[in-house]
This record gives sequence, structure tokens and C-alpha cells, in this order.
Amino acid sequence: MVQYSVGGFDQSFGALADATRRGVLEQLAQADASISALAEQFQMTLTGMKKHVAVLEHAGLVSTEKIGRVRSCRIGRRGLEEEAAWIERYRQLWAERFDELDVVVEELKFKEKSNGK
Amino acid sequence: MENKETGATPTKNPTTVERKSDVDLVVTRTVDAAANLVYEAWTNPELFRRWWVPKSFGLNLLSCDLDVRVGGQYKLVFLHEGSKMEFFGKYLEVIPNARLVWTNEEAPEGNTVTIVTFEESNGRTLLTVHDCYPSKEALESSGSTNALPETLDQLDELLGELRV
Repeated sequence: MVQYSVGGFDQSFGALADATRRGVLEQLAQADASISALAEQFQMTLTGMKKHVAVLEHAGLVSTEKIGRVRSCRIGRRGLEEEAAWIERYRQLWAERFDELDVVVEELKFKEKSNGK
Repeated sequence: MENKETGATPTKNPTTVERKSDVDLVVTRTVDAAANLVYEAWTNPELFRRWWVPKSFGLNLLSCDLDVRVGGQYKLVFLHEGSKMEFFGKYLEVIPNARLVWTNEEAPEGNTVTIVTFEESNGRTLLTVHDCYPSKEALESSGSTNALPETLDQLDELLGELRV
């Protein structure tokens, strides 16, 4: 089988389980933001937001960069797309199998009928 | 349902995926046929090989041997980019038109057990494919048969919003 990179999945999904972190991702999808701006927007302490961002960063969903005294956050868009693509492949695997199975079974149905049963 | 142009544009039933636990992955799909026909497609090697590996996978199935009886072995050999890959194991339970249980013994993480049930109702068959992995890690590293579906909606929703 094709080897898919699965590193970090568990962290990613854990990261997404939290409403604030999903909100942060949505925010970052629109524009990069500093941790302090995010903290303000989500009405939490700087320390609290740092923790959320750290979880997202650890999962590869967000990347941060310190510019001067400000830590700027941006979305790890590629990471998300890779995961979504991987999941989609999984879904497609079974859907495609079953679609082919339908064809085989239709033939069996047709055969059963023409055997005069 | 069965017009003359059989199979021209058959209505596709939805495929669902659910992760029941850390080590259990369940796929379901309804097939518009009686259970005995669906079972036939799962147990006759000539039929099985036609659908188990859809063309788009880009895998060449060299051989497909299914000795469908309790304790019987199966082996699928693929050619992928010049190298051979084997998938093998044995059948633990065989209940015609109702249930198949087999082991998957090729993975280094340990054996996965696959339970397939065929439930007929009003001429249609609900197929349930349940993979039981030896560990959470094995499930999550299995690549081709892995997803974390309970969070998919979440992720899909998010991705939908992220995409322009």
C-alpha cells in the first residue's frame, strides 16, 4: 500500500477538540495574529492563549515566529490539507471498493434471474 | 430499479466510517441485493479480486487465494511499483451469508481481526466491516485503513471554513 505519513494525527485531532483552538485556527485562517491579539480576542490571559497555541503548534496546525518582541502565529495550512487529503483517501478507498462490489453483485443478480429462478 | 441497461448509472449508497474505540474501526454500506449474493462476492476469489482493489489504487493484484472455511488461509499478492506486497491471514469464523471473521497477519504491529457481517432486510444487505487492531498505535499507523472519523465532521467543518 501507499505509505501515508500519519505522524501527528493524534495531536491534531486532540488540538481540534477544543472550541477555543478551533476558533484560533479559524481566526488564523483569515489573518496572522500575535498571541497577545488572540488572547484579547478570545478574552483570555496571555498564558492561557500561549498554551492553546502551543498545542496547535505541537500538532503542526499552527506555526509561530518571534519577530522582535511579538510572537506571530499563522495557520499550518499545508498540514491541515494533508490530513484532509489523507482522510479523503481513506473514505474513497471503501467507497470505491463498494461501488465495484455493486457492479459484481448486479451481475450476480442478473445471472440468478436468467437462470430462470 | 433494474432497467435494461443494468448498472449504467446505479445509485450509490453512502459509505459510513466510525471509530468505535481506540482500536476499533467500523465501515458500513448497504448493497441492493440479497445477502447470499453479497456473500458470494466476498468469498469467491474470482469475484473478490474484481472489487477489493479498485483500479484507481494503481495496484496490480497478482494472485488472490481465499480458502473460505474455519482455519483456512487467504493470501493476496500485489505488485506495486515493482515490488511485491502480500496480505495474508486465516479465517476464524465462516457463517455463510451472515458473517466472516479473518485475521490480518502481515502487519509488524500485530494481527488485526476483521469481522464482516451481512444483514439482509427487505432484499437489501447491510454490510458492516469491523477492524479490530491490536493497539491504538497499530490503528493509527495503518495508513490505508485508518481514519479518526469522530472528529472528521469537526475537521471538515473547519476546512470548509478555511477554504475560500
